[in-house]
Amino acid sequence: MGVLVALYAILIFPGLAFLSTFGLVAEYVDRKLYARFQNRMGPPWFQPFADFVKLLGKETIIPAEANATVFKVLPAVAMAAVVTAMFYIPVWDNRSLLGFEGDLIVVIYLLTIPTLTFFLAGWASTSLYAAMGAVRSLTQLFAYEVPLYMALLAPALLARTWSLQTMARWYTEHPAWMLANLLGFLVAIVALQGKLEKVPFDIPEAETEIVGGTFTEYSGRLLAVFRMAIDMEMVVGAALLAAVFLPFGLGLHPVLVFVLFLAKVLFLVALAALLRALFARLRIEQMVDFCWRILMPAALLQLLLTVVLSGVAP
Amino acid sequence: MSHHPGRMVGELLRHSVRQPATIRYPAVKADLPDKFRGRIQFIAERCIGCRMCMRDCPSNAIHITKEGDKRFSCRIYLDRCIYCAQCVDTCPKDALYATMDFELAAFTHDALQRDYDAPPATAEPEAPPAPETKDSEGTGPGA
Amino acid sequence: MANVTIPVGPQHPALKEPECFKVTLDGEKIVGVEIRLGYNHRGIEKACEERTIVQSQYILERVCGICSHSHSTCFLMAVEEAGKIEVPRRALWIRTLIGELERIHSHLLWLGVAGHELGFDTLLMYTWRDRELVMDLLALISGNRVNYNMNVLGGARRDITDAHRAEIRKALPVFRERTAYYARVAQEESTLIARLSGVGRLTKEEAIFYNANGPTARGSGVDRDTRRDDPYLAFPELEFEVVLDDHSDVYGRTLVRIGELMQTYDLIEQIIDGLPEGPIGPARAIRRVAAGEAVSRYEAPRGEDIHYVCTNGTDKVERVKVRAPTLGNLPAVVRMLEGGFLADVPIVVAAIDPCFSCTDRGIRVARSQGQDVWDADALRAYAIEFYRKRGLDLTRVKAPGR
Repeated sequence: MGVLVALYAILIFPGLAFLSTFGLVAEYVDRKLYARFQNRMGPPWFQPFADFVKLLGKETIIPAEANATVFKVLPAVAMAAVVTAMFYIPVWDNRSLLGFEGDLIVVIYLLTIPTLTFFLAGWASTSLYAAMGAVRSLTQLFAYEVPLYMALLAPALLARTWSLQTMARWYTEHPAWMLANLLGFLVAIVALQGKLEKVPFDIPEAETEIVGGTFTEYSGRLLAVFRMAIDMEMVVGAALLAAVFLPFGLGLHPVLVFVLFLAKVLFLVALAALLRALFARLRIEQMVDFCWRILMPAALLQLLLTVVLSGVAP
Repeated sequence: MSHHPGRMVGELLRHSVRQPATIRYPAVKADLPDKFRGRIQFIAERCIGCRMCMRDCPSNAIHITKEGDKRFSCRIYLDRCIYCAQCVDTCPKDALYATMDFELAAFTHDALQRDYDAPPATAEPEAPPAPETKDSEGTGPGA
Repeated sequence: MANVTIPVGPQHPALKEPECFKVTLDGEKIVGVEIRLGYNHRGIEKACEERTIVQSQYILERVCGICSHSHSTCFLMAVEEAGKIEVPRRALWIRTLIGELERIHSHLLWLGVAGHELGFDTLLMYTWRDRELVMDLLALISGNRVNYNMNVLGGARRDITDAHRAEIRKALPVFRERTAYYARVAQEESTLIARLSGVGRLTKEEAIFYNANGPTARGSGVDRDTRRDDPYLAFPELEFEVVLDDHSDVYGRTLVRIGELMQTYDLIEQIIDGLPEGPIGPARAIRRVAAGEAVSRYEAPRGEDIHYVCTNGTDKVERVKVRAPTLGNLPAVVRMLEGGFLADVPIVVAAIDPCFSCTDRGIRVARSQGQDVWDADALRAYAIEFYRKRGLDLTRVKAPGR
């Protein structure tokens, strides 16, 4: 791959430019649907973009006690990790940009990095509310991460590969087997709400309890980058779920596949918006309890089912 | 009675395709009730200078000044006014009324002072050339 | 993590008014709570002593934004008792009607706030949308949405027409249906129950000991309602049940409020059916009131409101004393928070339906340098000096005021 092509991939498509635009679109869809579920008008289409620009123009304040370098670098790290993860997910074809055997694991780990930066950001802020948020986001990480991974591993096990593109190819050949992963899909959607820190799992940034959680001390450009990283994480998370659990129609014309990709991601975003509107926020100990008592057994059941089915799978 | 999460899902999906309950304010204005108590307006011609409104105003927002024989000017401090409209009830000559005007935000206290001049003197030409009233929209008490 | 003390307030997203709860935490668990009042003291009682009764009534109506009618009515009831002023029957019924409509809007507002404190904004949006219906009714009757100004000394300021009655009658089935729906949501949505149940426990004995009042007490099974125990206005002639619940937690308080809403609809139906004919107020506005003193109690939506009034034969009052319901409920909040989780602080505080500005008291701080009261200029000079040391020049900022 030439340098120019690589630069194009990183900066334009499917990298930074595409992801940030799609992230803002996804945020708009999320907010608009959330509003409509609540019988409200909702924001106009350019609102996420306007919010982003406005934040960029605001003064950035760094707490005197905080480690300024860490404080400033973390939003960029979060964003970089999310963008990198995107290179391993098939977008316009059943191939991805940098796919290799085992990239599923890499994507999963790359998507954990933002949560870790949230923790570090909260910790580095040296504010009480931010520290509470940091501790909560780490506690939450240990609760949803295991069921999420197990749910993601089930389809891979069935396709006998750790590579997202090989998986996509396998499911293109045997589309009916997609249905075997339905339970895992549900588990993954719920766990993704935890990863994205949305209701009912928005505990680390619970506004009425700990103000802004980990982001309490963030402002201006740094906050804008963090928020953009979260929007991108929403897209990449949904894209990962779409690639693993909804791998249909990948053999079509690249343009069609790309449109289908957008549709799948937006469908998952809409589903997340519905979940966000449906529940009250759980307490952290209730959240951990729910993940280990309900999500975890469900994920195990899916894994068991997969192991049994893989005996008869082609 | 069964407990389960997502109890409101039917309601949410039903409403997502319905007309929203909110409006595009300020592009679209809300309806105001007939008896709405907005900005107080003064009709100088009717004032007899009894100053009952000043006496009854809880927040000292009205000042009536005698400008000449049976001629009175009025200054209303909208930043002090609590919009109880007691002055409207008190006035024996209906010289004050509440308008439908409620979007009154301003940047300075001065911008919230409304001056109403005394009517020109009937015979004497010495009527002071005071500045124009800043605002005269709104409907009259009879309208 | 060692014990940390987190300040919830005076500036905090969970609190709509300035108040400070210093919460000491062991991890997520609360080991100590300290409440500090007085951030929003407005000196209303003193302001009333300097004004005529006609003026004071409007000032007192603005003690609280939600239970505005409660405060105004409670004050006038005391003045009328002290000055032995007869109020026409129709006026009493109109005051009762507005009071009950106010209860609908207050309780629906509370339900939404409770949802918001729990991160359940959908509940907030739906209850507040339905609350608009009662706001519209109040605006139709009184002209404005929040401060109705429906009272005058010795009567009601505006009449209820047949058109108003028809509108209210039309709205009642909608209210009943929506409230029944929220009752079902509160009793069936498991994430909501998980956050309400067992949170902010206050036993019946504790509720009595800490002098809780209103729905806070009734949610702990304390059978106490001023409307029945010391009936005022039209309540001697109306029938209703006092809603009690023995869950003794936030869930119980929620159910009490929803139950009270249902009772309120029945009350409103009785009022508009039986509204007596006659004048609504004195022929000439009353200004002077005979000397005397009285205490009046009023069951505001948030709890029992108490006003003490001493009149001196002029058109002014000698003394007014207001005890808003929140002041009575605050000691119980400390008890409710202890041993709970940080995540429950917002909902437990919200569950008493607090109104901190109504409650705030002035505290005189004695300073050692002999200067114990600072006037505005001294404070301004101090502020300028304080910021100058930190490199900010505030001398050019104009002092507020006229």
